[in-house]
Amino acid sequence: MIRSQTHPDVASYEEVNRDVFKLLSRPGKGYFLLLGLAILCLGWGAYAWLTQIYLGIGMSGKRNPVNWGAYITTFVFWVGIAHSGTLVSAVLYLFRAHWRQSIYRIAEAMTVFAVMTAGLFPIIHLGRPQTFYWLLPYPNQRGLWPNFRSPLVWDVFAISTYLTVSATFFFLGMIPDNAAARDAATVPWRKKLYSILSLGWRGTDREWKNFTRAYLYLAALATPLVLSVHSVVSWDFAMSIVPGWHTTIFAPYFVAGAIFSGLAMVITLVVPIRKAFKLEAYFTPRHFDMMARLVLLTSLVVSYAYLVEYFIAWYSGEVGERAHFWFRPFGNYWWATWIMLTCNMFVPQLLWFKKVRSSIGALFTITIFINIGMWFERYVIIVTSLVREYEPWQWLSHYKPSWVEMSILIGSFGWFFMWFLLFLRILPAVSVAELKEVMPAPLRFVGKGKERSGGRETGTEGYDR
Amino acid sequence: MRATRESGCLGIFAELDAATAAIETLRRSGHKDIVVYSPVPRHELEHALHAPESPVRLFTLVGALTGAAAGFALAIGTSLDWPLVTGGKPIISIPAFVVIGFELAVLFGALSTVVGLFLNARLPHVAKYAVYDPSFSAGRFGVFVPTPEGKEAEVKSVFEKSGAEEIREKPMEVRLGA
Repeated sequence: MIRSQTHPDVASYEEVNRDVFKLLSRPGKGYFLLLGLAILCLGWGAYAWLTQIYLGIGMSGKRNPVNWGAYITTFVFWVGIAHSGTLVSAVLYLFRAHWRQSIYRIAEAMTVFAVMTAGLFPIIHLGRPQTFYWLLPYPNQRGLWPNFRSPLVWDVFAISTYLTVSATFFFLGMIPDNAAARDAATVPWRKKLYSILSLGWRGTDREWKNFTRAYLYLAALATPLVLSVHSVVSWDFAMSIVPGWHTTIFAPYFVAGAIFSGLAMVITLVVPIRKAFKLEAYFTPRHFDMMARLVLLTSLVVSYAYLVEYFIAWYSGEVGERAHFWFRPFGNYWWATWIMLTCNMFVPQLLWFKKVRSSIGALFTITIFINIGMWFERYVIIVTSLVREYEPWQWLSHYKPSWVEMSILIGSFGWFFMWFLLFLRILPAVSVAELKEVMPAPLRFVGKGKERSGGRETGTEGYDR
Repeated sequence: MRATRESGCLGIFAELDAATAAIETLRRSGHKDIVVYSPVPRHELEHALHAPESPVRLFTLVGALTGAAAGFALAIGTSLDWPLVTGGKPIISIPAFVVIGFELAVLFGALSTVVGLFLNARLPHVAKYAVYDPSFSAGRFGVFVPTPEGKEAEVKSVFEKSGAEEIREKPMEVRLGA
């Protein structure tokens, strides 16, 4: 028996189906408890939002000049979380990183649900959410179209394209797995669901040939898309002249931060799934090691961006910029700045040690720190800049998120986890087809395979589409 | 289950090299329209079939170019329709419009790739019955070949010699899913 290097404990193609489809069974009490908790959080958030719609945007803590607060912070946070899904599914795919196979579906699902969550926040932030369609590119009664020079319009294009393309990639990539689930399903509603989602897939040579090509081109389109989306989000800030925002480093800085936070979230999600469903053979220490290395790399990029911001503020000699970067670590919001620096710059340095990277518990703890740190990064960028803009008479000593804002933040986690938990037990959360691609194919003549297949190597693992 | 409309022979293989051997022998003896089923895409099968390149890439290219053109046309056309200077920028601000053009290139490119896949792979496969076996999605390889009158014995012996696990001379069409 030739064993796979990426999944040495998995013996055969059939075993992959058996192990992975364990997830598609009737869940236990613990699952329903978690799902209930998620829905409860969502309900609480929905109540808070309704309160804000009924009583007005004054229910949030936003006061002039701080008109972007916790909502935009949370918007950027969730868009960032979304990014690593595309990184794992598309970018690592193009780089032929075979260790991505077992985690990519979970990461992709995370992307879709995180964009769905993020997309709500600009609407919540509007105050009058019923007018959200004013953002769409269509002319008003007098024939005036939206201003395509405005980053906020770019944002609409970027986020809606991202949601469409990542959802397409997600459902398209799942077709062969849904077919496998269809063939294995015994429960009638599941069989029906997978029949619909598999589109009558039979795994013929014609289907595979076109599917693998289509998947490659979608990956090739998704890769620049993911870079563009967070760049556009960063330009929402960088195109203005507000101190702390008006900088050219924002696009790469935001993209790196997004991948950093998203990878951390993948680890946070995969650790409990691996434990609960005994999928240790598929999420091996090597997978965690590779993800941890990427987290470390992106942490270094983000740290570099933090330091460059300070350097440029000093080097530019610009008074507003200098004052702002003094205000960040030593002003009223020193605590938020130091939470951000500790969680994103200092704590991830532990990942230099192999011992830390191979300890699942340590990784889980570090990634929780990163998730918190990355929310605070956006909070620092948005709030500290707006509290002290150019006009001193406007300086607010404090912006504090109100209970409505905090409840909606909690509600967004409920919304995200509700979808994620439903996905986990309803759709194939690990791609069986792609796991089999990195396993050696079963051979009749091991060793003599060359003559049998007309001079070509067989039995090698890894199918590069 | 129900009878197949066209007569043919289906060989089920547990090993990849056995399936490729059968395909190559069949191709050499002049059989056409071979359909191969597999749980994973494998280059070995594609090579054995001598399959031409998939045309999906053309759909991607045309879609992406159309999207880029549509994005620029939208931004430029609407700006010219009501020329209004904002932020002291030119009416046609190319750098700003690149964002719109780029996003629509990706959007249209992705959607037309899906259209290309559906047309070329003949998906969705709506017929409820098809020549198929559920083991193909788990780990088995299948080779189906239409057999004209009098050729059944030859095809059967090719499958046997290559090491087929099971041979169905008149494969029944099975119901796909529910």
